[in-house]
Amino acid sequence: MSHELCSLSLTAVRDLLRSGEITAVSATRTCLARIAATEPKLHAVLHLAADAALAEAARLDAAGPDPDKRLWGVPVLVKDAICTKGLPTTCGSKILENFVPFYDATAVAGLKAAGAVILGKTNMDEFAMGSSTENSAYQTTANPWDVAKVPGGSSGGSAAAVSSGQCFGALGTDTGGSIRQPASFCGIVGIKPTYGRVSRYGLVAYGSSLDQIGPMTRTVEDAAAMLTAIAGHDPKDSTSAPEATPDYEADLAAWAGKGDLAGVRLGLPDEYWGEGVDAEVLDCCRAAVDAARGLGAEVVRVSLPHTPYAVATYYIVAMAEASSNLARFDGVRYGYRDASATDLAGLYELSRAKGFGPEVQRRIVIGTYVLSAGYYDAYYRKAAQVRRLIRQDFLDAFASCDVIVGPTSPFAAFGIAEKTEDPLQMYLSDIFTISLNLAGLPGMSIPVGLGAKSAMPVGLQLFGPAFGETRLLCTAKAVMDAVRPPMVPRGI
Amino acid sequence: MSRYEAVIGLEVHAQLRTKSKIFCSCSTAFGMEPNENVCAVCSGMPGVLPVLNEKVVEYAAKMGLAVGCRVNAASVFARKNYFYPDLPKGYQISQFETPICEHGHLAVTVDGSEKVVGITRIHMEEDAGKNIHSATENASFVDLNRTGVPLIEIVSEPDMRSAEEAVAYLKALRSILVYLGICDGNMEEGSFRCDANVSLRPFGQAELGTRAELKNMNSFRHVQKAIEYEIERQADLLDDGQAVIQETRLYNVDKGVTASMRGKEEAHDYRYFPDPDLVPLVVTDAQLAAWAAELPELPVARRDRFVSQYGLTPKDADVLTAERDVADYFEETARLCNEPKKAANWIMSELLRELNQAALTAAACPLPPAHLARLVTLVESGKISGKIGKQIFPEIFAQGLDPETYVDQKGLSQISDSLALESAVDRVLADNPDEVAAYKAGKTKLMGFFVGQIMKATKGQANPALVNELLGKKLA
Repeated sequence: MSHELCSLSLTAVRDLLRSGEITAVSATRTCLARIAATEPKLHAVLHLAADAALAEAARLDAAGPDPDKRLWGVPVLVKDAICTKGLPTTCGSKILENFVPFYDATAVAGLKAAGAVILGKTNMDEFAMGSSTENSAYQTTANPWDVAKVPGGSSGGSAAAVSSGQCFGALGTDTGGSIRQPASFCGIVGIKPTYGRVSRYGLVAYGSSLDQIGPMTRTVEDAAAMLTAIAGHDPKDSTSAPEATPDYEADLAAWAGKGDLAGVRLGLPDEYWGEGVDAEVLDCCRAAVDAARGLGAEVVRVSLPHTPYAVATYYIVAMAEASSNLARFDGVRYGYRDASATDLAGLYELSRAKGFGPEVQRRIVIGTYVLSAGYYDAYYRKAAQVRRLIRQDFLDAFASCDVIVGPTSPFAAFGIAEKTEDPLQMYLSDIFTISLNLAGLPGMSIPVGLGAKSAMPVGLQLFGPAFGETRLLCTAKAVMDAVRPPMVPRGI
Repeated sequence: MSRYEAVIGLEVHAQLRTKSKIFCSCSTAFGMEPNENVCAVCSGMPGVLPVLNEKVVEYAAKMGLAVGCRVNAASVFARKNYFYPDLPKGYQISQFETPICEHGHLAVTVDGSEKVVGITRIHMEEDAGKNIHSATENASFVDLNRTGVPLIEIVSEPDMRSAEEAVAYLKALRSILVYLGICDGNMEEGSFRCDANVSLRPFGQAELGTRAELKNMNSFRHVQKAIEYEIERQADLLDDGQAVIQETRLYNVDKGVTASMRGKEEAHDYRYFPDPDLVPLVVTDAQLAAWAAELPELPVARRDRFVSQYGLTPKDADVLTAERDVADYFEETARLCNEPKKAANWIMSELLRELNQAALTAAACPLPPAHLARLVTLVESGKISGKIGKQIFPEIFAQGLDPETYVDQKGLSQISDSLALESAVDRVLADNPDEVAAYKAGKTKLMGFFVGQIMKATKGQANPALVNELLGKKLA
């Protein structure tokens, strides 16, 4: 059945497409069928562009396979925070309900240039604010491993879609863990690249100094292929890194021949391996580290001493930036406008009060507060200073190790509606992912097994130095190959 | 007149003459259809990002160098947050804590004495759009053509003490901007705008009084009137024992008064913070040195040179160098006729008057410098009299005519032939025997009478020097 094709990796399908064994149209039809079969339970897709995808696939087939196009004919999905020309981009918010961009994000242009077929847009927490995808204004996405549980967030739609075989890869965005945490909850691979590695042009901004687009896939090779298609300097993004972009897929393939981790020093931060982490999570992660040691890796203890300040620092910086970034949604030029307004202040107040959901409003209010006169120094300026200390922690740690590893999340996927009443509890679930965004460094989450108690996927997180994506990919592949975590979700 | 000393500081916004906007590649052209010069970036669409136009940095740095500022090696763009329909992003990208230029100064001359005005800072920012309120329907529209047009804001120290000093500072600042070629200086069209902070304090008091910020002044005259009015208004309040309120006041051109627009409690909290979409701006020493080398001769240096090179009085040199176009016109005319002082007089007395009446700038002058130079030569060589020169000036100016051809065609050449003049002199003397007798009896003041009679008889074409000479001989 077509489900078998859906469970293949992105690179495996790409190779079948390249050799002509399957056509782009058949690959696209397979994914559309899988989406149709799983969506009643998953609710991962917000906008399906079936006709456009089939037309693009037919166009590719007519031209014939192009070996220079890394993702030729491969069906993918894109998180709804990333602008897609002619395809709705709502950010999971009512305020952008009818918004259709007339431009592609640079990362989307990269996918298209590589020959990928875009199937549609995935669900997310509104404006990427959340850790469970429950803050979407449209629908709640379920975890393919247990539909009573959340897929994580904010890129929960992309994670559920990739895990369930709706597509072979998806783009996510990560401001404080929004790629890595849902990847961990859904048992897939997710990369948050070095800040500046992937252009932010066309990514609807949440926390501009933290946001990065990254790939979400089922294998490390797939992630390398997708990252190569979207990474690189972009003159349209002033924060884009000028550093040359490697061919991650080729570099990973070249390394894979070596196969072991001899000489690689894995740093285990004390702050990530102790209190507050569920035992089943620690067990899975320790087993993965043991596997790495078996492959020749050396394990060293490191410390990231400013970790306890990371959550507070992160939420000040992210909310401050968000309060300003979301000011453009004012009902004047596009998006939701409240028809009952009778004056300018009313237009702003009503459009924004009805267009934004409660979590977004909470973050705008807090962000406005921390930037206001009399509070700026105590909050925003202080947070910016602590942020530098957090980054320095990582630089110091990388003096004695090559890759830092720890759990992606203190716990496996939780139940739908379990944490929605307590935003603070929800914020604390990001504790292991947010430091990386504050430091601007690359990280990834890989599946390392199912929790003994929850039977839900557990993710191991790997951190690298700036532009150390290749090192992360090679280490991750070795660990995943050794651990061989179950990849087929049994919830759908 | 008053017991109070006025303290005035000015904030000037100058629109920079770049081809494209500050953070996108849209054109800055003026007078287009509404929303014609607009793209995803300057209209604040979701997900778009600003990319700095490097020409803006060059222009801002050059202005800083021209007024003795320190140009910071690293400066930071910041977001100024407020809601308004003409501000599509909900924030203006500006500079706050670390502007590109700081600590400059500008010397101006008022009533013959020099005054140095400190310049606190110069920073770059984007202009906002325009709201247009419909006259026929209950609706407002937004034109984003101006959104993202580059501005520099030049903030002075509160160093000025009178409206005259404020206007002198503004004129000097505008002159430099135009000399640098970075701003067209047009106040009516809003490419050179000014807000004034005005406060009073008793003479001798160090502490500053409460200030009012004045807006909506679209000419130097408005600035002068608005500040004068505000000084009187505040003096009256203080005389009555009332307090001045910190507020923003709009100048009402028709009534010549200032009126409250918003008070301190209604003031915005702009929540400035560094713009995370733009990296800190770095200006290298090499870049700065290259820009410094490109600076043109500035008004003060040019004025001094005009005094030493052409022998002009400082006052005349001031008039001629205030506008770069006028100074250029003068130098070209002086070069061609080799009579700099005469050329200066013609420009100041005739040309500037005609330009002013025709509301033209020197750059758009219909009479080219070569023609004015020829006119100077015609007069100096005695071919025509100065009087004739002045008479024909309006016509040759308006039509850009060559004065030499014009004079020949109209037969206006001066009578320099002593034989031809002699008969005219003889006739005048014969017709006025009483005056001749009186002159000879010692009433020598009648010389002017005879000259006038002769000029009248020759319709102004007689060479005055020759007339004097002939009269002197014949009346001896």
